[in-house]
Amino acid sequence: MSEVISVDRIRCDGHGLCAELLPELIDLDDWGYPLLRSGQVPHHLRDHAKRAVAACPVQALRLQTGVQAAGPSRRA
Amino acid sequence: MLQRKPGLLDGPPFAAGAESPAAHQGRLGLLPARRDRLGLVATLEASGLQGRGGAGFPVGRKWRTVAERARGNAVVLANGAEGEPLSAKDRTLMAARPHLVLDGALLAADAVGADRIVLYVGEEHHTAVAALERALGERRREFGRRARLVRAPVGYVSGEETAAVHYVNEADARPTSTPPRPFQRGVDGRATLVQNVESLALTALIARFGDDWYRTAGRGSAAGSALVTVSGPVPYPGVREIELGTPVGEVAAAAGHLREPLEAVLLGGYFGAWAPIEEAWHAALDPAAMRAAGLAFGCGVVGFLPGEVCGVAATARILRYMAAASSGQCGPCVFGLAAVAEATTRLATGAALPDDLDRLNRWCGQLAGRGACRHPDGAGGLLQSALRVFGAEFAAHQWHRRCKHGHLLRKAA
Ligand SMILES: Cc1cc2nc3c(=O)[nH]c(=O)nc-3n(C[C@H](O)[C@H](O)[C@H](O)COP(=O)(O)O)c2cc1C
Ligand code: SF4
Ligand code: SF4
Repeated sequence: MSEVISVDRIRCDGHGLCAELLPELIDLDDWGYPLLRSGQVPHHLRDHAKRAVAACPVQALRLQTGVQAAGPSRRA
Repeated sequence: MLQRKPGLLDGPPFAAGAESPAAHQGRLGLLPARRDRLGLVATLEASGLQGRGGAGFPVGRKWRTVAERARGNAVVLANGAEGEPLSAKDRTLMAARPHLVLDGALLAADAVGADRIVLYVGEEHHTAVAALERALGERRREFGRRARLVRAPVGYVSGEETAAVHYVNEADARPTSTPPRPFQRGVDGRATLVQNVESLALTALIARFGDDWYRTAGRGSAAGSALVTVSGPVPYPGVREIELGTPVGEVAAAAGHLREPLEAVLLGGYFGAWAPIEEAWHAALDPAAMRAAGLAFGCGVVGFLPGEVCGVAATARILRYMAAASSGQCGPCVFGLAAVAEATTRLATGAALPDDLDRLNRWCGQLAGRGACRHPDGAGGLLQSALRVFGAEFAAHQWHRRCKHGHLLRKAA
């Protein structure tokens, strides 16, 4: 099962470390906040992703296995 | 406008104030018996009813999700915050037909197994607050202590579902990170059904008249009816009820539109999208068709832009409002919305920096999915539509510091 990386946008304060450790998946915007190129983490980047999650100083990154939670999709 | 009776706004004129419980029941009859209310979930699924708070999620499916939770009693949160500046349909409905909203909340509570109902109403909607408080008093026997009214603080974001739950729980109307979503863990930690007040009122009609009645109320492939708020240079702006599938031009005609030149129309509100008037005129107000066309029915806003008003300036004004409305928690929302609002304002006032238009084109695609809630998604979608619909004007403002009316814009001091 594939893994998905996501950012808690309220926690994240734009340290930008994650983009340094996982440039394959994460860019920074003009203000230093992460832009996820794709939430899906390919197998060969798993360890890098884990390192990025561990390195985030405010624990804003999360790595989850598999499918989205059931129920209503994200709504406006 | 063709409208199958009875609609949400049938009955006594709005000017007569809130409908009494006797008149309401005399006109529409009793609600289905309590033991029959569990079956309402399937009826709603068959009706095709979609939420009217903005995102159009299927109502029946949401009720089922909450009803099938693992344990505990649920909570129903009727969302009447209505922070959208161009919308007035929720406050109109709550003020004129409070018993229909209460009917819907009660049916929802019985259908999903909720022992508490929160009526979350924008504190600035005074008439609606008073009407619902009075209506609750008139039906104390039915509601007992199950229901209470909570005044939502003024603000565009206060009506977002996690913000509503947060406010009820902790008096803080800022959105929270998800998961958990309210249907998983909401008011007092319990599964919470957050449903717009118009959505709830419609369930009270569908419960009485059936899913078939609702489905056949639409035009063409569209199912059902909806409230819309019409604004702009038309003689009779305001709230009206339409069959879904009604073309925009017909809504303009019903609002008394004669021949004032119109330029564009904002569909769906500040969270929606601009459409050029000639493109929109024959387009059906049908959520599915609109979605396919990159538009949104949203909360039913139909806002006409007069010919003499500059689309760049109108967009700048909305973006400034959206930036100011941010709850200030997520970097991409705080900095991104401020940046697009400022750049659009510079363009509109003839003070554009050399790369403002380029940056807007880049930034508008970087807002969706970048916040804890979808506030930035709304601003990004609006900007994207503006760059398409008013593309020539944006370019003229960038390169010639001129608007299409030929006015030379003065550089703002
Ligand atoms: C910024 C923002 C503001 C919102 N404001 C409202 C509101 O004032 N009223 C409302 O019913 N829904 C509002 N919503 C949508 C709610 O989050 C939620 O989807 C809705 O109340 C669910 O009801 P419905 O499915 O019946 O539409 C807002 C969403 C966002 C992102
Ligand atoms: S390392 Fe953490 S705080 Fe820094 S940008 Fe990445 S997610 Fe945000
Ligand atoms: S996205 Fe914006 S409005 Fe939504 S929670 Fe974050 S800062 Fe607040």
